[in-house]
Amino acid sequence: MIIINKTDLAGAMTRAQETYLLSGPVETFHGHTFRHLEPGQTPDLSYQHTLVSPKAVVFPPSDPLLTFSGNDWTGPDLAGLPPQAAVGIRPYDAKALHLLKYNFDTPEYKDPFFLSRFENLTLVGLAENQPDPANFSTSCGTGPFDETGLDMLLVDLGDALAGKILTDKGEAFARAAGLVPIPAEKKTAVASTIAELKTRAEKSMTSPREFGSLDPVSTLDLYEQADWEALAFGCINCNTCTFVCPTCWCFDIQDEARGQKGVRLKLWDSCMSALYSAHASGHNPRQQGWQRFRNRFMHKLKYFADKYGAGPMCVGCGRCIRLCPAGIDIRTIHQALSRLEAVT
Amino acid sequence: MNNPYDPYPVTIKEIKTETADRSLKTFTFAFIHQADEAAFSYRSGQFAMLSVPRVGEIPIGIASAPSEKGIVKFTVFKTGKVTTFLHNMKQGDVMGIRGPMGNGFPLEQMTKKNLLIIGGGFAFTTLRSTIITLMQPDVRDQYGTIDVVYGARNPGMLLYQDELDQWCRQPGINMHITVDETDDPDWPHHTGFVPAVAGECAPESTGNSVAIVCGPPVMIKFTRPVLADLGYGDENILMSLENRMKCGIGMCGRCNIGQELVCRDGPVFTLAYLNKTPGEF
Ligand SMILES: Cc1cc2nc3c(=O)[nH]c(=O)nc-3n(C[C@H](O)[C@H](O)[C@H](O)COP(=O)(O)OP(=O)(O)OC[C@H]3O[C@@H](n4cnc5c(N)ncnc54)[C@H](O)[C@@H]3O)c2cc1C
Ligand code: SF4
Ligand code: SF4
Ligand code: FES
Repeated sequence: MIIINKTDLAGAMTRAQETYLLSGPVETFHGHTFRHLEPGQTPDLSYQHTLVSPKAVVFPPSDPLLTFSGNDWTGPDLAGLPPQAAVGIRPYDAKALHLLKYNFDTPEYKDPFFLSRFENLTLVGLAENQPDPANFSTSCGTGPFDETGLDMLLVDLGDALAGKILTDKGEAFARAAGLVPIPAEKKTAVASTIAELKTRAEKSMTSPREFGSLDPVSTLDLYEQADWEALAFGCINCNTCTFVCPTCWCFDIQDEARGQKGVRLKLWDSCMSALYSAHASGHNPRQQGWQRFRNRFMHKLKYFADKYGAGPMCVGCGRCIRLCPAGIDIRTIHQALSRLEAVT
Repeated sequence: MNNPYDPYPVTIKEIKTETADRSLKTFTFAFIHQADEAAFSYRSGQFAMLSVPRVGEIPIGIASAPSEKGIVKFTVFKTGKVTTFLHNMKQGDVMGIRGPMGNGFPLEQMTKKNLLIIGGGFAFTTLRSTIITLMQPDVRDQYGTIDVVYGARNPGMLLYQDELDQWCRQPGINMHITVDETDDPDWPHHTGFVPAVAGECAPESTGNSVAIVCGPPVMIKFTRPVLADLGYGDENILMSLENRMKCGIGMCGRCNIGQELVCRDGPVFTLAYLNKTPGEF
């Protein structure tokens, strides 16, 4: 356990930057965003949530796979990446990175672009003392003080931050940032303050409904029997929900070139878009917007859960709820599917 | 960690125009590094990503058979950005291939069975690979009858015409070639859509028969009831699907049918299996 006065945070971050590339929450014109920190820049730990999730630390929106010079190509040197630390990441967003790993680390194939960053990453979380109203992370197997996916958890105590060191990676980060453990006799008091804050935060959350298993209903029943056209009413397939989500991983691959030079990019993509699944012939198995909507929610709530047994592909961050122009709420969709579960 | 997005460099050894309208060409590639050729060991029914530097990458079924050593062949329909660029490339040009990908046809599980192979349009490419594999003398004896129903829009659109002629004359394989339409009064084969010709010519299932179906979604749709009438159970119908693909390794999420990824779990599935999925293909 460490304690750091907020006035000392900037100094600690500067020290950490001698070893780590840092990313963290930064205030912008549109709200907070999670991005790489420039030397000397301090993460703004007073933030509530970031508009777009921090998944870019391991899965950038645009990632060069190959660089072309004429007909020759080379891949980037991933082995030489310096260690990275995401400072002030919310526990639900850290969990989301672990869910992404199910997709990018498979027995058959490993995605070195994701994995080299993931393995190199230290997750320094920040507990959420007053969860945002759209946050329903406790329903998704995580929560405002969840430690599971983290290397260190910071808790805001007012003038200072308490830091629980959870792994060797967290320990190494604390050392690099010059954070020294507090004396043993003070530990118990801090731990009980953290426990109190945790209970208060979790109690304040308004979505206690268990958001997990739709196990008892078969995939085909959910797929065919739910009134998807009605559920998708209003959805304009704008893609917002997928781009802001920390657990959405779909990507496209495109070449960009100027003359003889070029680059092959892995780019965030969205299953909500019509082009996503259109065959070259023009045939599209998900021609209608509501069919694409169905695929997104079936993937999040059923396909992923069944395939990996790791709960839904959702951490309850609430971004898609906050930002959907049509007011579509994944909790409502889950509720509708659960009702079907009760009937069948 | 090796990079599954990094293609093997190949040179174009030969380009053959297949069809009268020049929309289909067969590209024969040779690997630049011998080690890559060994690493690219495939079975019929698998596909690969053809990778044109600075232009893009596309999934294409492997048209050659593993027995054709030293080369890999792909037959490509000119339709959009990458395929058009590829069609304009020349012998000797360098490009990349990534793969092999997908599961391919489980031929070794079908020994002693009668086989019915049904293909339409340019989906016939991987069936060429299968037919060549099956017709090798030491392999042919392991199977019962082999019937092939293959259709194209018109005679000029049939692929691999020399080989078709040869297979028509060869014992051990019954070819049923058809075209949707022709104004050639001497046309020696069938006219009519593939499902109808299959209904007329394909042998009924003996209970020990397997059907392999590869074609556009509309052909697949109308072939299903015909095969049911002929007595093929859904567990004995193998279908090769062509969902839109980008990564080919089960990561970009694009090609899913329910929780299955066509690129990694397929593209070959039994119909019995597909019946249990949302059927988005
Ligand atoms: C497993 C597998 C095996 C395949 N095997 C073969 C094969 O052996 N031979 C072969 O020729 N092809 C095969 N294909 C199909 C092949 O991958 C496509 O034809 C190819 O990707 C087209 O690439 P392109 O860049 O030329 O076309 P693109 O530029 O991507 O577009 C193709 C065409 O579709 C149109 N189009 C694009 N998006 C849409 C849309 N949303 N709605 C309507 N039209 C649209 C474009 O205008 C264009 O005419 C296979 C596909 C799969 C998945
Ligand atoms: S944000 Fe809302 S409207 Fe936009 S695609 Fe998602 S569900 Fe549809
Ligand atoms: S589905 Fe919505 S609530 Fe769930 S993780 Fe994604 S953005 Fe957050
Ligand atoms: S093509 Fe990317 S998941 Fe299948």
